Amino acid sequence: MDLTFSDRETAFRDELRAWLAENPPEAKPPADAGDDAQFAYRREWQRRLYDAGWAAPAWPTEYGGRGASQSESAIYFEELGRARVPFAANTLGLLLGGPTLMVWGTPEQKERYLPPILSGEEIWCQGFSEPDAGSDLAALKTRAVKDGDEWVVTGQKVWTSGAQYSKWCMLVARTDGDAAKHKGLSYFLMDMEQDAVQVRPLRQITGEAEFNELFIEEARIPDANLVGGVGNGWKVALTTLMNERAGLGFALQIRLRQLLDDIIAAAAEKGLLENPLYADKISELHVRCESIRLLAWKGLTDAERYGQPGPEGSLVKWLWSDTNQRATQLAVDVIGPEALITGTNWSYELLRARGNTIEGGTTEVLKNIVAERVLGLPRLKVAA
Amino acid sequence: MDFGLTDDQRDIQRTARDLLAERATFARVREHAEAQTTDKALWKEVCELGWPGIAISEEHGGQGLGTIELSILCEELGRVVAPVPFLASAMAACVIEQAGTGAQRERWLPGLASGKMIGALSGAVDGTAELVVSGAEADLIVLVEEDGSGRLLTPQDAEVSSVAAIDPTRSAARVSAADGAGEALEDGCPGLGRALVAVSSELVGVSERSLEMTLAYVKDRKQFGVPVGAYQAVSHRCAQMLLDTEKARSTTAFAAWSADANPDGLAEAAAMAKAAASDAGREVTASAIQAHGGIGFTWEADVHWLFKRAQIDATLLGGAGRHRAQVAAILAERFAASPAA
Repeated sequence: MDLTFSDRETAFRDELRAWLAENPPEAKPPADAGDDAQFAYRREWQRRLYDAGWAAPAWPTEYGGRGASQSESAIYFEELGRARVPFAANTLGLLLGGPTLMVWGTPEQKERYLPPILSGEEIWCQGFSEPDAGSDLAALKTRAVKDGDEWVVTGQKVWTSGAQYSKWCMLVARTDGDAAKHKGLSYFLMDMEQDAVQVRPLRQITGEAEFNELFIEEARIPDANLVGGVGNGWKVALTTLMNERAGLGFALQIRLRQLLDDIIAAAAEKGLLENPLYADKISELHVRCESIRLLAWKGLTDAERYGQPGPEGSLVKWLWSDTNQRATQLAVDVIGPEALITGTNWSYELLRARGNTIEGGTTEVLKNIVAERVLGLPRLKVAA
Repeated sequence: MDFGLTDDQRDIQRTARDLLAERATFARVREHAEAQTTDKALWKEVCELGWPGIAISEEHGGQGLGTIELSILCEELGRVVAPVPFLASAMAACVIEQAGTGAQRERWLPGLASGKMIGALSGAVDGTAELVVSGAEADLIVLVEEDGSGRLLTPQDAEVSSVAAIDPTRSAARVSAADGAGEALEDGCPGLGRALVAVSSELVGVSERSLEMTLAYVKDRKQFGVPVGAYQAVSHRCAQMLLDTEKARSTTAFAAWSADANPDGLAEAAAMAKAAASDAGREVTASAIQAHGGIGFTWEADVHWLFKRAQIDATLLGGAGRHRAQVAAILAERFAASPAA
């Protein structure tokens, strides 16, 4: 057991930290500046990361990355979180689209798509969930029908963040209605710049619209944009989903740490750490936060060193989302009613946190995954 | 970062697991629990293997290994609810090694390392401790007051009366010492952090075993024609048991590592571990009884031994609430020193 970082990892962290200190992003646009201004700000930030070679250190050097290890990649996200910089505009392309193409893409696809993902010239979005296919993703109904050397796609997608700015959509559609549920799916790159694709913002409980709905009416996708072959969409989608949790988790975990530190600082200032009721709750959150950090690192390093991921992966997201909700709720008690005024960071975090236990796998589904895959419990057969 | 055990540590774990699977079956535990006796044969074997001295320095007759090795043994002994005074003795040794004078170390550590002597450690209020684990058979008892002052007592220095605690797999005693009785230990009782790691490790073992037994039961037990473990009300409870156990395991491992590699961080790490492990021990063993249904409430089923051991360990050296208060005090100090910590 050695819970310290290697010299190489420390050097990596130091280099990035120094670069971030010297190259901070511009001041964030005000909260009421509008979505376009916010996105332009993130795009500019990605451009700076890209120019300095920091857009995607985990990518292999041949694709413009640094060939960073998984641990270094986790350090990368920890440091970005710590520096409180925005997420890069094309985070979905960098984290999900690029790595998926590296596994499943043809040489032509890699050459065509990877460079503009890295530079942020072309933004990517993810067309997986549908109104009737959330946790049960493989039940999706959007269908693609072959027409010459093109596919014609019709259907509806939901929770598509950044769709209004995207050039490409990672789209999973049904190409064989007769095949078994998981087997009739294929994975496409759909050009968002066509009239057959309509984007409608989906306003969420925070009042903003991080996500969209997509209405697709006979959109055209060339056969060359199929990824991983016809009928192989479920496997390709799993590659995308596996990447979803890996890196970002470390950035989110650091944000929770910062939020908690802000709460503790406020509590300390008000003398609430001497109040046993507050002290107990704050300490419990501190213990959970430490446990999340340890479990996340254990999951990552066990997989890296021993090739055997433990149960940590599924547990970390569950524990993080629940703890983030508790922390944002406790903040209201520590800060007082000001924390419920619209426009404050506290009120935003309180509302935004409600999505944490739903997005990227609901807590209920995570518990099922833990029960079935980690604990080996039988699955209750549900009537079809 | 590497959370894995070394080959030597794995060997210790495997040896302990194999030996205890054979020698400390629940049938044996039940026999000794019902007779309220220590398993002398098992204790002899444990002593021959040098376990009680695993973390005691070689100078004093121990193996001179670290807190991680001690943690491994505590976890394994916890898994089987071993009816031996290992934990109490090891905890007392942790404190004497760091808070004792040279003479005290000379006098007590070799006996504790060989197992010829049995130690006990407990929190106390004004010289009295109502429930000292293994206290009825102890040759020396360390009492630590709320203010961190500690005393080393022999049974002759105090009133020691045997009590019947709910966990009959280990002896227990009420210990009361007059003002000034016994010998003073260094203020603040350094070594307590390692003792907390030891008891937290036992709680991790107890939790882990409770989950394993529960999983075996709910996969086998059928109601309405299906294994009860297929129902989400049951399977989600099991998932929660795993989460609680892993929270305790991760914080305890961090504290064990801190004890050996980063002593400055031990006070906070040990308090976090004891808070998480105390909660996990109570919750997971209670869940084990619930998931076993009616049979889980019977004397005949074995889960109650785990529940009872967890109850004692959860309060030993302070419960989760007390250790969270300790964490809060450390945080208050840190944030007063540098508000932007």
